[in-house]
Amino acid sequence: MSERIVELEVLRFNPETDSEPRFQRYSVPCMNEWVVLDALNHVKEAIDPTLSYRWSCHMAVCGSCGMMINGEPKLACKAFLREYEGVIRVEPLAHFPIQRDLVTVIDDFVTKLKRVKPYLIPKEGKLVEAGEFKQSPAELKRYKQYTLCINCMLCYAACPEYGLVPKFIGPAAISLAHRYNEDSRDGGREERQQEIASNEGVWECSFVGACSEVCPEHVDPAGALQQVKIKSTVDWYQEHLLPGSKK
Amino acid sequence: MSAHGKPYVREVSRYGWFFRSPRYLRYMAREVTCVFIGLHVLILIVALMRLSEGREAWDAYLANLGSPAGVALQMLMLAFAVYHSTSWFNVTPKAMPVQIGENFLPGVVIVGAHYAGWLVASVALLFLAGVF
Repeated sequence: MSERIVELEVLRFNPETDSEPRFQRYSVPCMNEWVVLDALNHVKEAIDPTLSYRWSCHMAVCGSCGMMINGEPKLACKAFLREYEGVIRVEPLAHFPIQRDLVTVIDDFVTKLKRVKPYLIPKEGKLVEAGEFKQSPAELKRYKQYTLCINCMLCYAACPEYGLVPKFIGPAAISLAHRYNEDSRDGGREERQQEIASNEGVWECSFVGACSEVCPEHVDPAGALQQVKIKSTVDWYQEHLLPGSKK
Repeated sequence: MSAHGKPYVREVSRYGWFFRSPRYLRYMAREVTCVFIGLHVLILIVALMRLSEGREAWDAYLANLGSPAGVALQMLMLAFAVYHSTSWFNVTPKAMPVQIGENFLPGVVIVGAHYAGWLVASVALLFLAGVF
């Protein structure tokens, strides 16, 4: 196990005393197998206890430690130091307001997530005694990749549309709406369409595709959004060319 | 939140954001190249206008197209149109995944179908134009 000194340049912002953020340099003795989160934890424990950042699981499951590492949205627990040379610049996730240091204000995402109703709305109510809702492996596979989303918001930090037009509902929330729309047990599509097929929904997306490239769980939000666009377009034609037809 | 001071909002520049990452530049290249397809359509519309004006106008139009500058412009438009079209073909599997039974068709099949369609349309057009 070899050790090296890693230079971290970390964005600092204290809302009580600072009018704008600044960068602070830390020289951190790191083990070769460490990730950026380990280096931050070392800073917090041994160098500067005032540094604030979010983290929890250290295994790319909780989605808390998303940050910009050398300008790229990454999970700090998945960004191995050995893959970087020179000074590593660590900043809070782009496109979100900075609460303090590397901690961002995520209220906007949480509100949007609620708006798209990312939960099962059964087609018909069923008593527990009536048994489970059955689903075939093919029906499961239809939406399974979208269930892997961990709400880490890297896709929002990568999406230039969200940066320019903050009202855009954005990649993860729309992908999760699509996940339930594609579920054979679900009957809530019409309710979700009011949000995701609106101007603030998929039509703000111009298919840059960055969301899918940065997703640490290999979900394909860009694909989900294009599929919602196609289905919404079909809805429109059905409504206007075949009035009276059921969507 | 407000009890701990005001969060800091980083402004996003409306211009130049696409220089931040190669993936944004690739996106802009895909989008901007559509201008050359539009330009080609304009030239075709001009062709119809010249055709309606009689033989002399039509021959002058053809001579312009066949001039070195005309040929160079068409080669340029073709190159950008090919880039634009192929960059869209390559992302089609995301927009239209095809599930057969349990599994999804590999992306290469969907992309390949688009190239095949392009080939068929091109051959049909050349046939109608009397090349074969």
